[in-house]
Amino acid sequence: VQAVKSKVPAVVDEQQRMSCRITNDPIDLQELSDFVVDPSAGALATFVGMTRNTNDGRQVILLQYECYAGMAEKEMAKIAVSALTRWPITKIAMVHRLGRVDIGEASVAIAVSSGHRQAAFAACQYAIDQLKATVPIWKKELYEGGELWIGSQTETAGAWLHTQEGRKR
Amino acid sequence: MRIKVRFFASLRERLGRSEVICEVPPHATVSMVWEVLLCEHPELAAIERSLAFAVAQEYVDKGHPLQDNDELAIIPPVSGG
Repeated sequence: VQAVKSKVPAVVDEQQRMSCRITNDPIDLQELSDFVVDPSAGALATFVGMTRNTNDGRQVILLQYECYAGMAEKEMAKIAVSALTRWPITKIAMVHRLGRVDIGEASVAIAVSSGHRQAAFAACQYAIDQLKATVPIWKKELYEGGELWIGSQTETAGAWLHTQEGRKR
Repeated sequence: MRIKVRFFASLRERLGRSEVICEVPPHATVSMVWEVLLCEHPELAAIERSLAFAVAQEYVDKGHPLQDNDELAIIPPVSGG
């Protein structure tokens, strides 16, 4: 008997021009490319965010992601709709992974197709910049000697949230 | 009325829980729920400026009026990507 993997469905619009998904599985970039590829599109730009082995001088072991389920997909869909409105792009697909992500694996991926390359590049950059700024997703960094929720330490008032840093695991 | 307040990431770990039910008077705003939370956790005042609020999964400001059984999410600085 073959095990059927239950997948979180993507938020897809009626015209099938955007797809936004949160997933617990490894990211399949081909799946995103397949969604955006179109006979009218002469360009396909992709961005893949990978987990890096160092951050601010810390040796990172792995990252752990969580989201506000429901709102995260809604905020991603807003970004996709906005990109479709602002640039003459054909299609856009976005996916963000949750849970444990090991070093060198993809945590986020975006694919954009358009008639010509300028729009695809611009919309792809816009989408990742907006995602990092507005989508309720959080990453915890597990590094040599402790763990840290990224983001909370960048605010001057965030010292209170910062006490996890340096905690021995 | 009854408001479900949800905590995430650093905030959830620091408070040791992911949600709490707050009882507030009719026509209460996000601000009034926040004041209730501050009474219980005065240390939250220090990080107030870094937080965002969402009601029914939409970002709102603190003056946003609430309805019975609304879900209010307290959102620490996001760090996706």
